[in-house]
Amino acid sequence: MRRGWLRWAIPAAVLPVLALLAYGFWTNPREIPSPLLGRAAAPFALTTFDRAPLALEDLRGKIVLLNFWASWCIPACYDEAPALERAWQAYRDKGVMVVGVNVQDTEEPARKFLARFGHSFPNAPDPKGHVAVDYGVYGVPETFFIDRRGRVRFKHVGALTDEAARQRLDSLLEEPS
Amino acid sequence: MIAELGYAATVVGFVLALYGAMAGVIGVRTGRADWLRTSERAAVGIWILITACMALMLYAFLTFDFSVRYVAMNTNRGTPFYYRITALWGALEGSIVLWAWMLSIYTLIVVVRYRRRQPELYPWVLSVMLGILAFFLLVMSIPAPPFERLSPIPPDGRGLNPLLEDSGMITHPVALYLGFTGFSVPFAFAMAALIVGRTGDEWITITRRWTIVAWYFLSLGLLIGGWWSYHVLGWGGYWAWDPVENAAFMPWLTGTAFLHSVMIQERRRMLKLWNLTLIILTFGLTLFGTFLTRSGIIGSVHSFTQGSIGVFFLAFLALALLGAFSLLAWRTDHLRAQGELDSAVSRESVFLLNNLFLIAATFTVFFGTVFPLLSEAARGVKVSVGAPFFNLVNIPIFLALLFLMGVGPLIAWRRASAENLKRNFLKPVLAGIVAAAVLRLFGVGNVLVLTAMALVVFVAGTITLDYGRAVRARRRSGDGWSAATWGLLLRQNRRYGGFVVHLGILVIALGVAGSQAWSLQTETTLEKGQSVELAGYRVRFDGLSASEESNHFKVTGAFTMTTGRSSFAELRPARKFYPQEQTPIAAVDYRLGWVEDVYLVLGDFARDGSRATVKLQVNRLVSWLWIGGLVLTLGAALAILPDHRKPA
Amino acid sequence: MIRVLLTVLAVSTALTGIAGAASPVDERVVHDVAAQLRCVVCQNLSVADSPSETANQMRQIIRERLAAGESPEQVRAYFVQKYGQWILLSPPKEGFNLLVWVVPFVGLGAGLVLVAVVLRRWSRKPAAVPPTPVDPAMRERIRREMSGGPRP
Repeated sequence: MRRGWLRWAIPAAVLPVLALLAYGFWTNPREIPSPLLGRAAAPFALTTFDRAPLALEDLRGKIVLLNFWASWCIPACYDEAPALERAWQAYRDKGVMVVGVNVQDTEEPARKFLARFGHSFPNAPDPKGHVAVDYGVYGVPETFFIDRRGRVRFKHVGALTDEAARQRLDSLLEEPS
Repeated sequence: MIAELGYAATVVGFVLALYGAMAGVIGVRTGRADWLRTSERAAVGIWILITACMALMLYAFLTFDFSVRYVAMNTNRGTPFYYRITALWGALEGSIVLWAWMLSIYTLIVVVRYRRRQPELYPWVLSVMLGILAFFLLVMSIPAPPFERLSPIPPDGRGLNPLLEDSGMITHPVALYLGFTGFSVPFAFAMAALIVGRTGDEWITITRRWTIVAWYFLSLGLLIGGWWSYHVLGWGGYWAWDPVENAAFMPWLTGTAFLHSVMIQERRRMLKLWNLTLIILTFGLTLFGTFLTRSGIIGSVHSFTQGSIGVFFLAFLALALLGAFSLLAWRTDHLRAQGELDSAVSRESVFLLNNLFLIAATFTVFFGTVFPLLSEAARGVKVSVGAPFFNLVNIPIFLALLFLMGVGPLIAWRRASAENLKRNFLKPVLAGIVAAAVLRLFGVGNVLVLTAMALVVFVAGTITLDYGRAVRARRRSGDGWSAATWGLLLRQNRRYGGFVVHLGILVIALGVAGSQAWSLQTETTLEKGQSVELAGYRVRFDGLSASEESNHFKVTGAFTMTTGRSSFAELRPARKFYPQEQTPIAAVDYRLGWVEDVYLVLGDFARDGSRATVKLQVNRLVSWLWIGGLVLTLGAALAILPDHRKPA
Repeated sequence: MIRVLLTVLAVSTALTGIAGAASPVDERVVHDVAAQLRCVVCQNLSVADSPSETANQMRQIIRERLAAGESPEQVRAYFVQKYGQWILLSPPKEGFNLLVWVVPFVGLGAGLVLVAVVLRRWSRKPAAVPPTPVDPAMRERIRREMSGGPRP
């Protein structure tokens, strides 16, 4: 009949909607790509827990591993802390700087965290969150890899592993100065 | 032992459900009653098995059986007793069990009530219900088994999500699920009607009460959710257009449309195809709601988890929608309208517009919710769609619906004469305009608020007018006061039940409009002894105290609130630190009032208690949301009372 | 968009800890900007509404930037620069995003047209409508009922 095909339009119309929902399985709504990749890293001027100044400008020419952490960030920050120290020990003589920024925290627990893992690289608190927002930080831990020219090249969300750190740092080291 | 028994129960239940569904179909096709009996016994058996599952889970919770993963993830040794019970439905696996349990109860009610009354439709209804049960039992068996074991057995559990340790969370899922599952029954009847070819008005008449009950529980669930959001989450709001909130709201919208358009089919025999479409859509949206909550494809504060469960739900959703709509397409010849209209100004057209706006709102909410996904699929860019969008598009729609709510019950069927219009609407319209003018004089400038208030007065006017006239008519014909007022309500309970429900919606609308337009807030940091003032309330910071609770550490602020006169209250908002949560949970303190609530949130504080940051809110008319809910309850109860005039 | 909550400057007490900036910032503007940004840790609340610490800090940053002379658009652009378009609670009205703003209204319009068409069709229907085909089971029921059989 004339309207024969039309009646099947309704069940058919459901299909594209289902397809869209199925597509949703391949994406992760919590994974937001950083717009900072490839752009100049935002400058910061902080004071470390040892009362020393720490500014990004001073680190120009070195590769910077910038890690955001907090003492309440259990278990991820605790999981990655040894890896960070190891990366620092392995790469400090190769022109790599490891820097930790402590966000939304208070001094005592932060110091306890540092003492527990014996971090020997500079760590500074970011009391008002300026640096965190400057780097588009969603949560902790997040780690940024900045090349010698001061551009953000990689962003690692979640606990950093030895493997990931090594991979990123090696690839940046290979680049010509 | 418990785990094995429980798991066996779910698997047996699944097989039984499949078998029962098939038995029902065979029974109908062969005309043999004993197959039908098998099907019924399967329904009883499933209910027993699911109840047994719940009992076993409860036992595991109450005996701190951390060998069961679900127990370990959702309680710990410090969890208070009653929360150990309600943790049963606090997370994914348990919520599925609750859903299945309610479905099985509804199925039993269908068995008892309709086996003799609807011999033709009944077997198919039962098969459909058993089919749906089979799906949920399948989910309980494979992707979300509640009895999964944990090894090695941890010494203590993780604990309940602290946001769920609240009275709202005890009732919210229960009400919501009663609503969601309730819509399966009209859906099953619709399918039966299509299969059998009895696509007249029967299935609608039979399922009228089911629809009202399901709709009511869904409304209640949404309101309790709003209440929970308001007094637990610490932001002072009750609705955030969160994807999961939206997913529960959409079936409510289509359910409301369905509630109304079936009245046209009952009276005028029109819109048959549309009503079937609506119930299929509503049922589909209830499935979509659970799919969204559990699949994790759209980020939300509610999302339970990600994993393979989403695939199961999507597959079932596809099956249900494609199957149902194909059935509908197959039977369109049987669905011719039989009435006609004399004029576009009539109750029929008002109902059509009501449906249009409700569907438009549903579509808007749906589109906005999935748009982030669409954007990513189409061009790889992640965008987010939040409250500003939903408010912008939906507010005009809801205002239009408010208007229709006033017009619909009073306007004549088929054709409304000018006389009819004037008699019914002139005074309420005038009242509405006057109300708006008065508010304008008092300084209310916002057009939307003025319109909303005018409409509220208009609708209230139509309800009062109609009821008043009816009462006077009864008095004139000799009834005493009690018969004229209460007796009228009982005698025409459908009509007046509907009116009371509308009244409830009106009160809610008032609360929403008032709270959006007139609430105030301020945020400040106070030293000890300092005060902040807002709208005549002065709140002074007195200090902090710390305490160790059974499963968390709490810092409580002491605040003294004074109003202009001498009355004062002590507010004690707190910040609770749970070991299993990364950031502290705010415990808000508030004083509720008929007109305004005072709401205090403790933010950051200095360790020595010398300083605290607070957010102070004076929220207006929020209590009317909850009052409206009560009125809604009365209206729904009235509407489902048995008819005095004719047998049910 | 309608201003959802009005923010009132706490008048009677000095606000220690809030900015301390030279040029006092209108809290309502702070609230407006914050209401357009999505809180990154709580999902689906605005920075204005969220009680989280991150949102607190963001509000403070907004306050400071406004006090330093930036316009609300500039402050918003700053956040978009750092977090991407996703941080805006409403997608900017351009390009593909226009779809989300336009489609609902187009749909509504189309629906109104449909309703008008249906109403017209109902009004013009001829009085004599062919009765629905009555299947045998129904016929049987009618016969039974007419002869005073049991009620369904």
